Amino acid sequence: MKLSKSIILPFLDWVDYRLPVFSYARENLIDYPTPKNLNYWWNFGSLAGIVLMIMIITGFFLAINYTPHTDYAFSSVEHLMRDVNYGWLLRFMHANGGSMFFILVYIHMFRGLYFGSFKAPRELLWIIGVVIYLCMMGTAFMGYVLPWGQMSYWGATVITSLFSAVPIIGDTIVTWLWGGFVIDNNTLTRFFVGHYLMPMVIFMLVVVHMWALHVHKSNNPLGVDMRTPADSIPFHPYYTIKDMVGMGVFFIVYFGFVFFAPDFFGEPDNYIEANPLVTPPHIVPEWYFLPFYAILRSIDNKLIGVIAMFAGVCILFALPWMDRCRVRSAKFRPIYRQFFWLFFADCILLGYIGAQTAVEPFVTIGRIATAYYFAHFLIICPLICKFERPLVPPESISAGVLKAQKGAE
Amino acid sequence: MTDQASDDTATPEESASRRDFLQIATYTVGAVGAGLAVWPIVDSINPPADVLALASTEVDLSPVEVGQSITVIWRGRPVFVRHRSEKEIEDARAVPLDAMPDPQSDDDRTQKPEWLIMVGICTHLGCIPNGQRPTDPKGDFGGWFCPCHGSHYDLSGRIRKGPAPTNLEIPTYEFVDDTTIKIG
Amino acid sequence: MRINMTFPRTIGAACAGVLLATAISTAAQASGDSVKLEKQDWSFNGIFGTYDRGALKRGYQVYSEVCVSCHSLNYVAYRNLMDIGFEETNVKEIAAEFEVEDGPNDEGEMYLRPARPSDRFVAPYANEKASRAANNGAFPPDLSLMAKARKGGPDYLFGLLTRYHEEAPEGMELADGMSYNEVFPGHQIAMSQPLEDESVEYEDGTPATLVQHAKDVTTFLAWAASPEMEHRKRLGIKVMLFLFVWTGMLIALKKKIWAKLH
Repeated sequence: MKLSKSIILPFLDWVDYRLPVFSYARENLIDYPTPKNLNYWWNFGSLAGIVLMIMIITGFFLAINYTPHTDYAFSSVEHLMRDVNYGWLLRFMHANGGSMFFILVYIHMFRGLYFGSFKAPRELLWIIGVVIYLCMMGTAFMGYVLPWGQMSYWGATVITSLFSAVPIIGDTIVTWLWGGFVIDNNTLTRFFVGHYLMPMVIFMLVVVHMWALHVHKSNNPLGVDMRTPADSIPFHPYYTIKDMVGMGVFFIVYFGFVFFAPDFFGEPDNYIEANPLVTPPHIVPEWYFLPFYAILRSIDNKLIGVIAMFAGVCILFALPWMDRCRVRSAKFRPIYRQFFWLFFADCILLGYIGAQTAVEPFVTIGRIATAYYFAHFLIICPLICKFERPLVPPESISAGVLKAQKGAE
Repeated sequence: MTDQASDDTATPEESASRRDFLQIATYTVGAVGAGLAVWPIVDSINPPADVLALASTEVDLSPVEVGQSITVIWRGRPVFVRHRSEKEIEDARAVPLDAMPDPQSDDDRTQKPEWLIMVGICTHLGCIPNGQRPTDPKGDFGGWFCPCHGSHYDLSGRIRKGPAPTNLEIPTYEFVDDTTIKIG
Repeated sequence: MRINMTFPRTIGAACAGVLLATAISTAAQASGDSVKLEKQDWSFNGIFGTYDRGALKRGYQVYSEVCVSCHSLNYVAYRNLMDIGFEETNVKEIAAEFEVEDGPNDEGEMYLRPARPSDRFVAPYANEKASRAANNGAFPPDLSLMAKARKGGPDYLFGLLTRYHEEAPEGMELADGMSYNEVFPGHQIAMSQPLEDESVEYEDGTPATLVQHAKDVTTFLAWAASPEMEHRKRLGIKVMLFLFVWTGMLIALKKKIWAKLH
């Protein structure tokens, strides 16, 4: 022990003086002041970060055995499943990890919506988050093409064809994207490179996201910022251990799927090798795209449908300016709370509609749900702000916590 | 920054040591789990099952006439199989050990003297020596000659002259029956 | 001020999530009639499921005597049969019955040689076009992944094999060469009923009924599609046990650490 003190600690100081990694870690991971009232909805950011690392590591080792050529892609995945030691484990972890990543990020986003984490001064934090989400969607889209199954091929054909809706230059854009007149090897190789590269971009964006977070620190269920030391506790050991608990529970769910229901989120059709001459009866994107797919299909005009689909994501950028109510957390906004759950239900409904075939009554329901989706951001949120009489939040976090404790007694 | 708490079930020291044990136990179990989790990742880049299935190759020796050589592929590398004549065996065994840079008796290099089986890769820098075909140059010792840097191998595949440091490698093989060998 | 309003709402959200998941998983049946598949009692169901070795051997026999004449099994290698109880010499013999193209030889020609255990199962036709030419334009698909490539999986395969009808029902015209099948989407299938009672005489003496054949070959095909399943479930149980224990410890540690605060 004495040895470590006389050699290790001076060494750490020597490094830290030149590159303050250790004092930076202490400031941002250990002593970092965090609101003492965070609930488990605050676990999902760190969980998403953990899944990002799992995806990168499993992806790396999958890429070692994958061949990005149309003649070999499908069989290289089967090679992984059958011959590569634990290849099946890597594949199922990666496929289910993708679904888990979206579940976690959606919950993370809804947490933000409920507790007002997107409001001043965290608007940029929210916007960086939406950029991360867009990159995730791109990564997932390209990744799903790589196994070169029927759904890979036809899902890619349908979605890339959307760009032909752009006036005048639409077809040129699509041909440019494809690198040919139809999705073929040129498309597969560029999607492989893109899928490998995007997570690195996501990683860097996550670093910036954390940087932005650490400026004004975390929001909390009361929506009242930290003001005094009584409001906060150090991140370590309180939230390190709490995040570990979240990780343990998450792993139980995640590996439950990986080991016992590995194809739950998948499509049987993707176990059939891509055939450009045979279209599957139901082309369905991966579940996390379904709400936007529903928005796309609910508008008859191709171009406007495409614009609406992108707008469905991009409207999130505008949220901090649509909802400017001073009271942050839905805990103190009884009207907004109802509409939050309505919005949540609408998203679920849109997802359900996206999985159905385009027949009645699904088409009409989808149109109503789409209209409501945009209305929530553009009409409802600003209006609630104007007419709602929110409850009075406590003066501080510690006051709020004390009050809650008294209420519980 | 933390509130001073009152622990009403145990003294602070007792609960601290209890928590220490739980802490150590939890982190140890976690470390063990993480270690076990690393294995599948590491093992995934070991040779996969289809490569291992080709780890051995069976060779039918019956079509190889006396004085004839064939080349087979084993684990992606060429293996020279020569059906040696009586004279070749005699000549190979007559060489004194001190004439060889890498002394090895012919007996040590064969299981049945008429069958010479060795990896056809020069031990210098990895080229494939000439000598399998009747029209090939055989070098100064009647065996094999590596054209890259001039290594000469004799009728037992031993290096006799040139930069190669060791004799041509004898792979693991066994006679499955009189006319079939399994290499690897 | 309501303290725990979020809890019932969380339950509601979870229910909505489960609804969504089930809705999506039944989504494919939204259009057209949805065929009710009977859930069979497979030996490989459940977290402790395994492939019944007897069924696998009999299923292989059905495949090799009936199905192989039209359907390939491209992703399975002969050596994989050793995982289901065949001896190495037996596997060598089985493989050697088939011929595989190799080469070119020293004359530059391709030649045929007997298959080895390391080779994949030899397909009945050289390519898809040859297969279609021999089957009236229909293409008998590869069966390596069939148990995963159809909604309903093994239950679907079993239903397909056992629910042919002699005649189409009232008012339905069958196209030339097609047969009526209850389970096949569209109900018209180009494959005539492939199995019936005593199609194959089992080496182990099991009574050879259609249902038995269908169960056995479906088990074999389930293994062909997921050879890793037994390893996966065994490892899964160990991992879940570890995770339950470790998460329990983490929860206890978290409570201990947080107890300091109040």
